[in-house]
Amino acid sequence: MSPSTALPLILVVDDYADAREMYAEYLEYSGFRTAQAKNGVEALEQAFSLSPDVILMDLSLPVMDGWEATRRLKKDARTKDIPVVALTGHALEGHSESAREAGCDAFLAKPCLPDDLVAHVKKILEGPRRAATARRPRGRKG
Amino acid sequence: MRAPASLRTTSAGRSLAEAKLALTEFFLGCDEFAPCAQTALEWISRHCEVRLALCLATRGERDRLNGVASVGVNAIDATEYAIELASDRYPLVGVLRSGHPTFFRSGQVRDTPLGQRSILAYPLGARAEEDGPRGLLLIPAASAALNPDLAWACELLSEKLIRLRASGLTSEVEAHHERALFTSLLNAVTDPILLTDTEGKVMLANALAERLFTSQDDDSEGRRRAVSLNNLLFSSSLAKQFSEHHEPRGRHELALVDPTEGSDLLFELLSSIVRQPSGQQVVVSVLRNITDLGRASRELGENYRQLREAQAVARHERLRMDLVIDSVADPIVVTNATGEIVLMNKPADRFFNPNGDSREEVQRRVRLNDAHFSSFVSKLFLSDQTPRFRDELSLVVPTNGEVVPMEAVAGRVHSETGELTTVVTIFHDRTEALEKALLYEQLKHFSEELEAKVHAATSDIVQQNELLRRQAIALEQASAAKSQFLANMSHEFRTPLNAILGYTSMLLQGVSGELPASAKKSLSRVDSNGHHLLQVINEILDITRIEAGRMPLHTSEFDLRALIAEVRNELEPIVARSKLDVREELPSRLPRLHTDRQKVKQILLNLLSNALKFTHEGWVRISVRHDARHKRLVIAVSDTGIGISPSEHFKVFEDFQQVDSSTTRAYGGTGLGLAICRRLAQMMDGNIELRSELGEGSTFTLLIPIRTKHP
Repeated sequence: MSPSTALPLILVVDDYADAREMYAEYLEYSGFRTAQAKNGVEALEQAFSLSPDVILMDLSLPVMDGWEATRRLKKDARTKDIPVVALTGHALEGHSESAREAGCDAFLAKPCLPDDLVAHVKKILEGPRRAATARRPRGRKG
Repeated sequence: MRAPASLRTTSAGRSLAEAKLALTEFFLGCDEFAPCAQTALEWISRHCEVRLALCLATRGERDRLNGVASVGVNAIDATEYAIELASDRYPLVGVLRSGHPTFFRSGQVRDTPLGQRSILAYPLGARAEEDGPRGLLLIPAASAALNPDLAWACELLSEKLIRLRASGLTSEVEAHHERALFTSLLNAVTDPILLTDTEGKVMLANALAERLFTSQDDDSEGRRRAVSLNNLLFSSSLAKQFSEHHEPRGRHELALVDPTEGSDLLFELLSSIVRQPSGQQVVVSVLRNITDLGRASRELGENYRQLREAQAVARHERLRMDLVIDSVADPIVVTNATGEIVLMNKPADRFFNPNGDSREEVQRRVRLNDAHFSSFVSKLFLSDQTPRFRDELSLVVPTNGEVVPMEAVAGRVHSETGELTTVVTIFHDRTEALEKALLYEQLKHFSEELEAKVHAATSDIVQQNELLRRQAIALEQASAAKSQFLANMSHEFRTPLNAILGYTSMLLQGVSGELPASAKKSLSRVDSNGHHLLQVINEILDITRIEAGRMPLHTSEFDLRALIAEVRNELEPIVARSKLDVREELPSRLPRLHTDRQKVKQILLNLLSNALKFTHEGWVRISVRHDARHKRLVIAVSDTGIGISPSEHFKVFEDFQQVDSSTTRAYGGTGLGLAICRRLAQMMDGNIELRSELGEGSTFTLLIPIRTKHP
């Protein structure tokens, strides 16, 4: 893969390094540029400085959680148009709602396979304002 | 006077001379004419063959002959037969004038008691020219020839008549004296006495009566008028009495006027009829002056009437009062100022009067009641002068000794001068009140006990409620903690599983370069088991959320056709791997559903994936039918799979149940899928039904209302 400045930049925000790095690795493998942040504050800093094309935002974060970070991003003129895809392992009802209220453009529940994630990112980039529907992967036949 | 027995028993054997002697002797010893005549007739009938004979003679009156003796003739006819001497033309009267015995042929003299016979009339007594008593002897005769014995007897009788007449003169002088005595006697009577005819015409009056009823021409005008008025009044009164009765009887009041003074007089009139010897009826009236008596009597009457009226009023009042106090069921006793009982009603009478019962115990009980009552009255007299006095005492029923608790209320009645005159006491039977009070006490006691029990129970309940509330809070907290724990656990499970599945997927995709086939195979197993673990975690989470009531419904309107396409699409990799014919049979028009789309999708995913899982060959079909009657859609997922025995049907919807453990091994799955599906369907007012036979395939049918009522 040849990196190029024309490639979309995806900011992956997750405090769990294994997941953050996994998604980043697969995104790069899939032809995206990535930046990483491990909490909300870092996410804001990165977003303001790098202006990514899509932000993948885990919601449960130390220092500043994903909801707060998203609200701030959506309030700031520099970042308010950047799609934010919420990612959370909390499958309980209400999380997706609160994520949308905070300003997230899409919601993905963990576990989310890297290829599913990339598919969503691609879909968002193709239609930047198109809201993605949340879905949960079902078990497959073993 | 009767003839001596010797005369009557004279027999034919005796000589006629003896008989004549005996008759003469009888005449000598007899002073009255009638017995002499009778004896003479009987003598004639016996000795002269004469069966019938009648003797007539003058009695008081000289102008008339009356029958005095008879033989063979009805005695009454004989005595009532009379001959008026004044009638000159009468043949028998002529006999007296002539002084000779005269013979009358049959029919010449008709009206004698002797009938139509030819008779011989023999004159007796004085000769025609002489003044003296006269008589006639009539006998039936065939001719004027006279039997010498008969003539002798007639002559004897005639002489006797003349002799008796001579002695009668002396008695006439005596009669004159007697009349004078009689008149002075009448005049001495203090009441007016009158002898009148039946029409009130005065025949005889004593002096007092004359004052009232007779007047002289030289009397004053007023007196004459008064007298005539009195006569009129008297006559009318008498007439009135005659008209009312056959003869006047009893007493009658007669108001007259005093002719001298002109004042009113009131008499009581007693009248009686007297028959004179001549047969004429006269009335004797005695008038008693009751003028003063009348006045007094009237006054007395008036007083009496007033008294009676007053009494009647009093009696009426008393009666009314008696009725009133008797109508009161409670005993009432009225006492005077000295405490004596003056009046009581019947209920009181029962206690204070033995009512003729002489039994000792009855008398004793009455005395006891009296004593109690006296004590009450004396307490009343000693008490202050409040108008009412109240006390409680016991009275005994005299007849049976039953003790009756009484409340006595006494009211004082004062005279106009403020003196105590009467005390009215009313008794009220307190038995019932006491019983009620007792009952009330018992009731109150029970009520209090009940209240205490209720109170105890209530405090228990309060305690238990508090306990329950705390338990509820604890449960709530526990539930919340559990939910939080599960959420956390879910998160904690997912985070590493996310990495495991992610990296495995990446490795299998060759992100880190191509792997050897054996490594790929192993990684595939990691991937497969990871996904199974994820499914288990998800399903446990679903069950938990449903049980905790944390599975909300999100209703929306959607098209089932699109939803089925979506489900089909998600399962497309599995469908593609199987060799099954997967068909959809949908009607051209389907109503849009208003329910929880996510849950319907989850159910259909589960049903369809199960069908694919348990079917090895043949087909899987999804058919939809609109059940308009029940306003629902019927979505059936049928397959030609292994099927389920009807006896096992109930198991497939239970938690953690598969038909047998071997299926878990053979087909995987948690055994929670259908349990979750049925619960989700029921949350949406629907259900899932199963129709299947072992080896015959299965049909799971989701019945889902077009519109879920829940929000």
